[in-house]
Order: sequence, then structure tokens, then C-alpha cells
Amino acid sequence: MITSALFFLFAGLAIACAISLVYHKNPLYSAVSLIGVLISLACIYVTLAAPFIAAVQVLIYAGAIMVLVVFVIMLLNLEEDRPLNRLRYLYAVGTGLGLILLAQTFFIFYAVNRAPKQPVNVDETVGETLNIGRAMYTEYLLPVEIVGILLLMAIIGGVILVRRLSQPQLELVVDNELARRNEAEEIGDYRIGL
Amino acid sequence: MEPSLSTYLALSGILFTIGTVGVIFKRNAIGMFMCIELMLNAVNLTFVAFSRYYADVTGQLFVFMVMSVAAAEAAVGLGIIIAFFRNRVSVDVDDASILKN
Repeated sequence: MITSALFFLFAGLAIACAISLVYHKNPLYSAVSLIGVLISLACIYVTLAAPFIAAVQVLIYAGAIMVLVVFVIMLLNLEEDRPLNRLRYLYAVGTGLGLILLAQTFFIFYAVNRAPKQPVNVDETVGETLNIGRAMYTEYLLPVEIVGILLLMAIIGGVILVRRLSQPQLELVVDNELARRNEAEEIGDYRIGL
Repeated sequence: MEPSLSTYLALSGILFTIGTVGVIFKRNAIGMFMCIELMLNAVNLTFVAFSRYYADVTGQLFVFMVMSVAAAEAAVGLGIIIAFFRNRVSVDVDDASILKN
């Protein structure tokens, strides 16, 4: 009973925060909404007897990744979204795709509900750190190693991407940007990001 | 009494739908990035729900892998956004049109 109440509380919170994430034009408000979704999902993981995943969710997602996102938003000093000049048909595409996905969601909901009940073998110990660690370093050792290499590649890629440009490159970029701005007759503070 | 598996799948589907619509509607590269994170989280919820109802640890390990990939994606994606901002002084995806002409 209490599990159900908690689930519906945090499910409602997650959906509300997700809608707010899409609705807000200011990236910082969106980021805060996303943190709300992540924390709500961590609470739902606890109701699913997965305490390790819940802790990792808070540490990695709400902690590391969102700090990085908020840091970048602050660093770039982003303004609100400008009013749309994007291809209009994308809005029709988005609405249509959303409706299709929603229909599929309800289909799955009814199909799973109507399916003959599987015997639910509830095992509260599955999500414990001990069991996850044991599986991770025996049966799933190779995927863990591959993920390690992937993270190393991401580190190297990130460093290469944001390295400081050399002086000739920097001047080339500034000249190109100036030429573009002159063409568009909107010379602004183009040196902010350099 | 616990919520059934289908309830968790429904929540996951709704979050995924919101994320997809957000990716298409947002014009801001960082906004799109956050919507993609939302979609990844919706899928994670499915994995954990199945892991719970089949009492199998594999689903939770998959969630761990997805989180690692999301962390790598955050590092590289935000790096790309910063590099793009350096060149264009904007993170608007409409401005990413250098290759167009």
C-alpha cells in the first residue's frame, strides 16, 4: 500500500518535472526540472528494491552529469530560446510522433495487463550491492572492461574537443565569424566564447 | 499491494514520449541534450522494472552500463556544444548549417 502511494507520488512528480523540462525556454530551468525527474526516478528505484541503482542514479546523474550541464549553461551564459524560425513541419512531426508513442505506451499497458500473470518471484536481495558487484566482476567482466575503455575514449575526446585553439586558428575563426556577422548586419559581442 | 509491471512500463513510456517530443521541439542544443538524458532514464526505468519482476540482476547491470554511456555522452556532447559555441557564439541548432551550402 505504502509502496503504491510512494510510486504514484514520485511518478506524478517525474511526469510534471519532465513536462516542465520541455516547456521552459530557459535552459537553467530545464536543467533544474531534469534534476527533479532524476531524483524522482531514484525514489522509484527504491520502491523497486534497487537501492544500488538508486544511489548510483543520484551520484552519477543528479550529481556528476547535471553539474556538468549546469556548469556549461553558466559558462556559455545562455539566453532564452529565440522564437522559432525552425522548419514548421517539425512541429507537426513532433506532435504526430508523440501521439504515436503515447498510443504505443497505452497499448503496452493494456497488453501487459491482459497477459496471463507470470508467477512473480519476488526476491528483495537482487538489487543489493553485493549481488550486483558479484555479477559485475564474474559473469559480466568483459562488458565492464569495455565500458572502462569507452570512458577513457570519452575523456580523450572531451579534452581534444575543448582544447585551446592556436593563435592562427583563433584568428581564422574570429575572421570567419566577423564576415558572417557583417553579412547578417548584426555585429555583436562575438569574443565571449573565445 | 505493489504497482504492477504495466504501471512502471506506462510511466516509462510516458517519460520517453515527453523526451522524444522535447528533442524535436527544442532548438537549443543543451535542451536537446537534456531531453535525450530523459529518454535514457525512461529506458533505465524499464530495465529496473523488468529486473524486479523477473528477479534477475542483469537488468540492473544494464542500467549501470547505460549510465556509463550517458556519462561518456555528457562529456563528449558538452565538448561538442562548447566547440560549436566557440565557432558560432550560439548553441542554437538552427545555426549549425555550415555544411548546408
